[in-house]
Amino acid sequence: MATIEFNGKSFEIDEDGFLLDYNLYSEEWVEYVKSQEGIEEMSDEHWQVVKVLQDYYEKNGIAPMVRVLSKLTKFKLKHIYELFPSGPGKGACKMAGLPKPTGCV
Amino acid sequence: MAKHETPLLDQLETGPWPSFVSDLKQQAEVRAKNEKGVEFQIPQDCVDDLLGVLELSFKHGRTHWKHGGIVGVFGYGGGVIGRYCDQPQAFPGVEHFHTMRVNQPAGKFYKTDYLKSLTELWDFRGSGVTNMHGATGDIILLGTTTPQLEEVFWTLTHDMNQDLGGSGSNLRTPADCLGQSRCEYACYDTNALVYFLTNEYQDELHRPAFPYKFKFKLDGCPNCCVASIARSDMSFIGTWKDDIRIDQDAVNKYVENDPAYPANAGAHKGKDWGPFDIEKEVTGLCPTKCMKFENKKLFIDNANCTRCMHCINVMPRALKVGKETGCSILVGAKAPILDGAQMGSLLVPFVEVNPDNDYEAITEVIENVWDWWMEEGKNRERLGELIMRQGFQKLLEVTGIDPMPQHVAYPRTNPYIFWKEDEVTGGWERDVEEYRKHHQR
Ligand code: HEM
Ligand code: SF4
Ligand code: SF4
Repeated sequence: MATIEFNGKSFEIDEDGFLLDYNLYSEEWVEYVKSQEGIEEMSDEHWQVVKVLQDYYEKNGIAPMVRVLSKLTKFKLKHIYELFPSGPGKGACKMAGLPKPTGCV
Repeated sequence: MAKHETPLLDQLETGPWPSFVSDLKQQAEVRAKNEKGVEFQIPQDCVDDLLGVLELSFKHGRTHWKHGGIVGVFGYGGGVIGRYCDQPQAFPGVEHFHTMRVNQPAGKFYKTDYLKSLTELWDFRGSGVTNMHGATGDIILLGTTTPQLEEVFWTLTHDMNQDLGGSGSNLRTPADCLGQSRCEYACYDTNALVYFLTNEYQDELHRPAFPYKFKFKLDGCPNCCVASIARSDMSFIGTWKDDIRIDQDAVNKYVENDPAYPANAGAHKGKDWGPFDIEKEVTGLCPTKCMKFENKKLFIDNANCTRCMHCINVMPRALKVGKETGCSILVGAKAPILDGAQMGSLLVPFVEVNPDNDYEAITEVIENVWDWWMEEGKNRERLGELIMRQGFQKLLEVTGIDPMPQHVAYPRTNPYIFWKEDEVTGGWERDVEEYRKHHQR
């Protein structure tokens, strides 16, 4: 657990760099995370994935299955990896401020 | 001197079996002395701290690893199992202790050159501790820090032509029995097929796209040395469809108790079971009773042989698997969570294993099953559970396989039978008024 400061905001994160509290999400968070996740500039498509994840999480209290994310964004998994090199879980969910994926990962 | 006192672990250095504690202590000492002058990239005393935290767990009866962990390498969604110690002040050497899964070669045959370069890399960038191998098959590199992951991956891929294995909701690392490389029972080349499938489905292995994990395992014959029927969602088990090949002279060598022909290749030599008795040990134990030994001749009614391997296992020098070989595909094996353990259920009794057409008959079944499960599977629902929920019938439909008696151990005993509407004359649309014309209220 650690607290990081970025552009005047502070974020509580775990060892894997996931936000501890979804409510602390702000656009500065994305700015902060993107370099660690191998992203130079956030495109509209990046934001689209982030928004879909957030809407889904707010409605359902869980992250969508990969297949559902593909359907909602109309992006193939391959394209999601092009956008987020570490994938929908470690990359996109982390940026969107969603809780860390669990299970037999 | 060891960094931590480990009185409980020390007890596990006694006894005849190779002690993991002695090995870990040796590794801790090698790192402490560092005679090779390695520029360790993770704490030099991480193995001491591993022993320390394990001792603490022995004392407490509890694990001291935090929940979960999401780390990896760019481009992949799996392959690394992140882990953090919940006592990082006491054991800083294992504050990060991630595991990397490395895809093992078919049958786990190695050259020392390869293992040396792997251990050199791991001594340099990891703990030097391994698991040879994980239950799924991977080479397991046990313990490194997050910044080392990309470094290890770079060296593996650039210098060793070696990829990571699978983890997460995807195709996990396939594994096989050693097959035709050194077993005369192997009905197909498990090594070749496991290698083909691993390469063919690299995307599915590295980038989780499934509702849950999915495993392939390949056994050359029903003896199932890689336990595919119990430990893989899709199990490929070699078999044959012609006759068992009998060498009658050799059969008689067994019957005459020729010392060069010991029953079961001598597997029971540790105890005196009396002279070999073909009736008692072979024909009488055949599950279908389809064998006879009369007038020094062994007869097998192959139409009634279920290819259980028993007779072949007992008299390997006299009996051989047939020449028309292929494999059976079984599906759905899983551990108990959520709704109970399952072993594989027979889906395809016999399919050809043909490298010349890229195993087309096999990949077709795989891809049909995936299409269905990826669409219908609920979050974290194994294939076996989807089959229970939607029915084996549905699986047959999506794979285009006709139902046959071999699909069941016994027919259903309950009469809750669903019919498709078009199978029933008149369909489901009925008018109660029509009925009332014949039956008063
Ligand atoms: C033509 C007449 C009848 C038909 C077609 C019929 C059909 C059915 C069906 C389809 C079920 C559900 C079975 C299941 O899926 O669990 C059922 C359950 C039941 N029926 Fe009937 N039924 C008929 C007459 C009767 C009569 C006359 C009685 C009582 C006098 C009765 C008592 C029950 C009871 C108690 C159950 C519940 C059994 C359980 O708990 O599983 N039924 N019936
Ligand atoms: S499963 Fe059969 S073919 Fe494979 S090693 Fe075991 S006995 Fe041999
Ligand atoms: S393989 Fe099994 S079923 Fe077939 S003849 Fe031998 S013992 Fe009988």
